[in-house]
Amino acid sequence: MTTLTDPPKEQFRLSMLLYDTRYRSATIQVIALIGFMLLAAWIISNTIQNLEALGKPVEFGFFGESASYDINQRLLEYSSQDSHLRAAFIGLLNTLVVAVLGCITATIVGVLVGVLRLSNNWLVARIMTVYVEMFRNVPVLLWIVLAMAILIEGLPAPNAFRGDNPTATMDLFNSVAVTNRGVYIPEFLFSRSLGDIHLFGTSSIRFDVSLDLIAFLIVLGGSIFTMRKVSAWAAAKQEATGDRPKIWHIQLGILFVPMIILLAALGFHLGYPELKGFNFKGGTHMRNSLIALWLALSLYTAAFIAEIVRAGILAISKGQSEAAAALGLRPGRIMRLVILPQALRVIIPPMISNYLNLTKNSSLAIAVGYMDITGTLGGITMNQTGRELECVLLLMLVYLCISLSISAVMNWYNNRVKLVER
Amino acid sequence: MSDVSFVRTEMLPEQAPPASEVGAIGWIRHNLFSGWFNSILTLISLYAIYYVLSGVLPWVFQSVWNANSLNECREIMMATWGSTHGHACWAVINDRWLQLLFGFYPSHLYWRPIVALLLLLVALAPVLYSDRVPTKMLIFSAIYPFLMVWLMWGGTIWGPISAALGFVVGWGVYTLVSKQLSGLFGIILGVLASVVWWLVISSYFASAMASIIPIGIEAVQSRQFGGFMLAILLGVVAIGVSLPIGIVLALGRQSDLLIVKYLCVGFIEFIRGVPLITLLFVASLLLNLFLPPGTNFDIILRVMIMMTLFSAAYMAEVIRGGLAALPRGQYEGADSLGLNYWQAQRLIIMPQALKISIPGIVSTFIGIFKDTTLVSIIGLFDVIGLASAIRADTAWNGIYWELFAFIAALFFVVCFSMSRYSMYLERKLQTGHR
Repeated sequence: MTTLTDPPKEQFRLSMLLYDTRYRSATIQVIALIGFMLLAAWIISNTIQNLEALGKPVEFGFFGESASYDINQRLLEYSSQDSHLRAAFIGLLNTLVVAVLGCITATIVGVLVGVLRLSNNWLVARIMTVYVEMFRNVPVLLWIVLAMAILIEGLPAPNAFRGDNPTATMDLFNSVAVTNRGVYIPEFLFSRSLGDIHLFGTSSIRFDVSLDLIAFLIVLGGSIFTMRKVSAWAAAKQEATGDRPKIWHIQLGILFVPMIILLAALGFHLGYPELKGFNFKGGTHMRNSLIALWLALSLYTAAFIAEIVRAGILAISKGQSEAAAALGLRPGRIMRLVILPQALRVIIPPMISNYLNLTKNSSLAIAVGYMDITGTLGGITMNQTGRELECVLLLMLVYLCISLSISAVMNWYNNRVKLVER
Repeated sequence: MSDVSFVRTEMLPEQAPPASEVGAIGWIRHNLFSGWFNSILTLISLYAIYYVLSGVLPWVFQSVWNANSLNECREIMMATWGSTHGHACWAVINDRWLQLLFGFYPSHLYWRPIVALLLLLVALAPVLYSDRVPTKMLIFSAIYPFLMVWLMWGGTIWGPISAALGFVVGWGVYTLVSKQLSGLFGIILGVLASVVWWLVISSYFASAMASIIPIGIEAVQSRQFGGFMLAILLGVVAIGVSLPIGIVLALGRQSDLLIVKYLCVGFIEFIRGVPLITLLFVASLLLNLFLPPGTNFDIILRVMIMMTLFSAAYMAEVIRGGLAALPRGQYEGADSLGLNYWQAQRLIIMPQALKISIPGIVSTFIGIFKDTTLVSIIGLFDVIGLASAIRADTAWNGIYWELFAFIAALFFVVCFSMSRYSMYLERKLQTGHR
């Protein structure tokens, strides 16, 4: 009978740190960590020395000082006496405005183009290919600058709308004025308004919330909740009896009737822009810079979204729709229950990363003078105060926060729709 | 009753298919007018094409090529066609195309960027068409970066040569040490030797050699660089350098070494989370702050560094996708053959992973090439910056379509050919599975 003996205890030698695979990874990691820390320490000490030589220690006190520049396109009230922090906040909101507008338009155009590129119609598919290739292969900055140039040079001046024989007229039943100083659209007004609530007092991030808007959102939320209840009831009835009751007219009624009643109660009407003096008054004024940026970003991103949508639809094998048809589903149901859930799994993640790209590209606003966060914090504030380090680092931090929150949403979605494999 | 049954004894001759199903008519019926909806779409598209072409074609072809200002252009248009509307004034391109291509590069030295571009094509040939060009040409590709720097910036030839010698010294030390001691020591000492050469010795070596054997061409300042040349220069450097860095980052992110992994993840996510323009602000304003006091190096070099880091992070994510798409069996197969980590990566993993990620890599290339236009925001005169300058000029104030059409055409040609090349490469490397 043999007995197992312990292998001879190996003496630890220094060379084992390099040649023994058990220790080598630890060695490499320690070296990498030390190297990284040395690099960081070197950069930080250099920065401190350089800043001392310049006489600019790192401090953020300048944020409290008066910004003394104006921001012409803004969501909230702001005056040049407000602080730099307030200006940065207004800029951040402007970034979000153009990002949200751009994402919505890009999605609509992109999905349309992507679907049309798959069309059986040869001519339509070719035109859409031309669109996609044209926008994908030319820098977005060029589109932005070109859009701005077209808006400024190609559109009529406000005084072209004047006189008995104006050379330009307002569009859409005299409600929209497209001029080279921007586009004037009707604004929403309430004659029996509920007023505003003021949040955050007098701090830099103070803003007013319209109670009308809140009431509207509450009613909308209530309607949608009821609609879901109704469709759940219909589904339960279908489960029990096999008949699906017709509910679309009930749904429409639930959605629109309370909304219309509320709007009538609040005295909703539109305020149209009117030509007064040298310029249009009234209505909402969208500056050229906003429109150029919005148009260029959304048309550019739409080309990428179109490709994603096309790839997503092509990725679903034909067997899926055939199998669904064999089960007896109608074409609309096949699309909604079989094709779309699978295609969306492929489409959504790259789509969200394109939204992220659009948001990051909106920093090119600085090229056309739209005051987003790059134009305020990274532009005028930085130039006025001379605090490059603080401003650029904060700017990066803001974008990083936006990006990370979008990625967090994406990861949550990915985990939710992930294929559970065997 | 006579027998009425009929049995055909010979086959009927084959008939031609109906004219409406084959040929041009059949194609049109199937592809353009297959239903009422399709027909409407076709008619709308035809009208759209007519509308665009009827505007664009006269604009492009009934145009003025020779004039010194926009006003002169308009006078010629009035004299020839009776209106200034709907006619292009290509005279601005005729007047400024050299500036749009080369920026403020001295005009008697234009041959240098042109030679550099031609040599770039020669250097790329063995990389792009590895099956048709002899492999020995790769030696030229290795020399090319130094040659390009010398051609573009000029000055003494000893600067680039001594930079190149750093690699030679490192390689020499590596081979010497790895024979005597071990590979790992060889790598460490080789890198150290190169760094010592570059930081300490190379400047003395270059100045000494320059005073002994002065070989040089006229030096060109970085601020004279501009135009489309600058876009190509930045693009080529960022593309060429970011691919290897991206591979290393991707491997780092996939590795089992936790600290290395998190350093790579942090770097990649940080770079991908911020817009390029903020990194360019860092290049133009902050990079000098991060370096020892008194260091002041070239703005173009700083921009190159930041753009390379930027595209390396995106490249790393693309390659990581390729690595993740490889089946686990490939890694296990490499292990079971007894290959070590680097052998497995070089022989088994990377060739497949890179092949899978070709479309992503090329679209990253195209993206970074387009993004080179952003340098106009930090005050470099690339094509867009020059276009703004030309539009601000009193002679050409008010012109925009012609300029931007020209610039868009330049970018379109380069980017479109890159995407076509990637399709060719995918087809060439197609092995039938995956």
